[in-house]
Amino acid sequence: MIAARGLGRRFGDKRVLRGVDLDVADGAFAVVTGPNGSGKTTLLRLVAGLALPSEGELHVDVTRERIGLLAHDPLVYRELTALENLELYGRLYHVPERRERIGMLLERFGLWEARHERVAAYSRGMTQRLALCRVLLHDPQLLILDEPYTALDAQGAELLDAQLAELRGERTFLVSTHDPQRVRRLATSELSL
Amino acid sequence: MRRIPLPVLATASLVLVTLALALVFFVAPNDADQGFSQRIFYFHVSIAFTAYLCFGAGAWKALRHLWKRDPRADLESYVAVHQGVIFGVLVLLTGSIWAKISWGHWWVWSENQLVLFLVLFLFYAAYFMLRFSVDPGPQRANLSAVYALFGVVLVPVSFLAIRLSQSLIHPQVFTRHGPNFGGWILAAYIVSQVAVLVLAYTLYRVELAGKLLDVRLRELRLA
Amino acid sequence: MIRNGSGDWRRVSYLSDVGALTRKDLLLELRARDTLPAMLLFVAAVFVVFHFSLPAGSSRLAASGLLWVAIVFTALLALGRAFVPEREQRTLDALVLAPCDRSAIWLAKSLATLTFLAAAEIVALPLFELFFHGLRGSTVAGVALADLGICAVGTFVGATAVVTRARELLLPLLFLPLAIPLVIGGVGASVVHGPGRYLGFLGLYDLLFALLCWAAFEYVVVE
Repeated sequence: MIAARGLGRRFGDKRVLRGVDLDVADGAFAVVTGPNGSGKTTLLRLVAGLALPSEGELHVDVTRERIGLLAHDPLVYRELTALENLELYGRLYHVPERRERIGMLLERFGLWEARHERVAAYSRGMTQRLALCRVLLHDPQLLILDEPYTALDAQGAELLDAQLAELRGERTFLVSTHDPQRVRRLATSELSL
Repeated sequence: MRRIPLPVLATASLVLVTLALALVFFVAPNDADQGFSQRIFYFHVSIAFTAYLCFGAGAWKALRHLWKRDPRADLESYVAVHQGVIFGVLVLLTGSIWAKISWGHWWVWSENQLVLFLVLFLFYAAYFMLRFSVDPGPQRANLSAVYALFGVVLVPVSFLAIRLSQSLIHPQVFTRHGPNFGGWILAAYIVSQVAVLVLAYTLYRVELAGKLLDVRLRELRLA
Repeated sequence: MIRNGSGDWRRVSYLSDVGALTRKDLLLELRARDTLPAMLLFVAAVFVVFHFSLPAGSSRLAASGLLWVAIVFTALLALGRAFVPEREQRTLDALVLAPCDRSAIWLAKSLATLTFLAAAEIVALPLFELFFHGLRGSTVAGVALADLGICAVGTFVGATAVVTRARELLLPLLFLPLAIPLVIGGVGASVVHGPGRYLGFLGLYDLLFALLCWAAFEYVVVE
């Protein structure tokens, strides 16, 4: 599903990624590890299509509507409510049976009660859980998760574990983390930057 | 054209510019109204045309970058626009001198071309600010290309607007006597135009070579 | 290389995407309630400044001209705020990630900004008539047409400013040269006896630049 050869990315004079080869097959669970600043986030952004590579080749065999990205930032509008945020993304991704799916996700991640509150009032853990809802809303085939456990509270982490276990094998994962222990048992391959 | 070596171009520029200066200042007859001092007009027109050509070339290269992903096109577009701005400033300078000679003021709003170049100068100056506030990379190249295209669309649109505005600001009080195209006058025009074009192309090649060297050096350093 | 999904329902989905995004922007402003009130206060203050800037004996037409200065700078206020939520919360990434055409982001933001600008003008124009008189039908038509160009180009430049380091600085620098033809067209429509030419020109500007912005927006937002 993902094939990269000699991938590189520069920001000005700083080379953040260099000569990266990557192969991720359908249904695989690829983990990317490395210290801070090794370019994990950049790699994920390249695969998601948010940035163009400075060198090398990248082929991602999936259309934009089947990709889900969990980034460092939750990518939700703080002045809107959880419901309004998911409504927006639901429309943009043409999610079928939008209302039901939103309701189902909000309940699963324990945000149903707070659905009419503005995200600005949420705790960090709640916001990250909402971000997970956003990512899963359109049932993506390729899930790109950038250090997903970082901002989660205990409840959220458990929910994520359950979600990953459930989807593993049926969906393709590209997960970056600097704590590989947590996801190692799920991983089918590991790339170290 | 790329195969013409730089020393040949430099020599040609020198020869042509000298020839043009000679023709303009010594051979062409005096203008009926303004006398000797009007001669700067020969260069003013040549420089203006060259500047337009540079902006057009910049836009063409920009299109090649966006459409064909030509790897050198971004740098070529930037250098072309840069030359355009340099010659644009010269248009403003020569135009200002000519305005002082013709009407006694260093600036007149009634000259459409002058006003147009002022607007273009403002726009392309912002183009440079844009380029220097983005790190080198695919996005900077794309943004520069897009704005080079905006610039070239702005040229005719602004010209039209400025022409429309002339009836707003003040009536045409000053009339300009265009030179009569006869004999040596035509020759002086043609030679000065060719001279400026060759000069511009030489400068373009020089700057492009320098920039390509910079890029190469940077790549080597990072490798 | 990421392939985008294709389908016969593309056109309908484009409009629905634009609708969803515009709705989001209008909702955000409704919650924050800061841009529109600021614009109204700003415009009123500017009019008062105009009154004191126009010496006794200035023609009534001078004020009509100044109206356009007020409009452009009030628009700049709105444009500066347009992409703030996308920048501060990095939600632009989410929008670029979405399967919608990137130009839909530009169109939606332009429509939202247009709404705010129009809302401000609904108050500003009668206020102008109250203070200075001389508001004509062609002025209002000119304002309507120029608004389209201002929002189309301004939103485009606003997005560019967001992705660069210079940010707030770059917006007026890039926007004003592009807005000069609009001001010329607008002032012409406001003061001249035969405003048709100027209104036609404004329409031409809108068409050309909207097309350019629509086609080029993709290159602004992908890094």
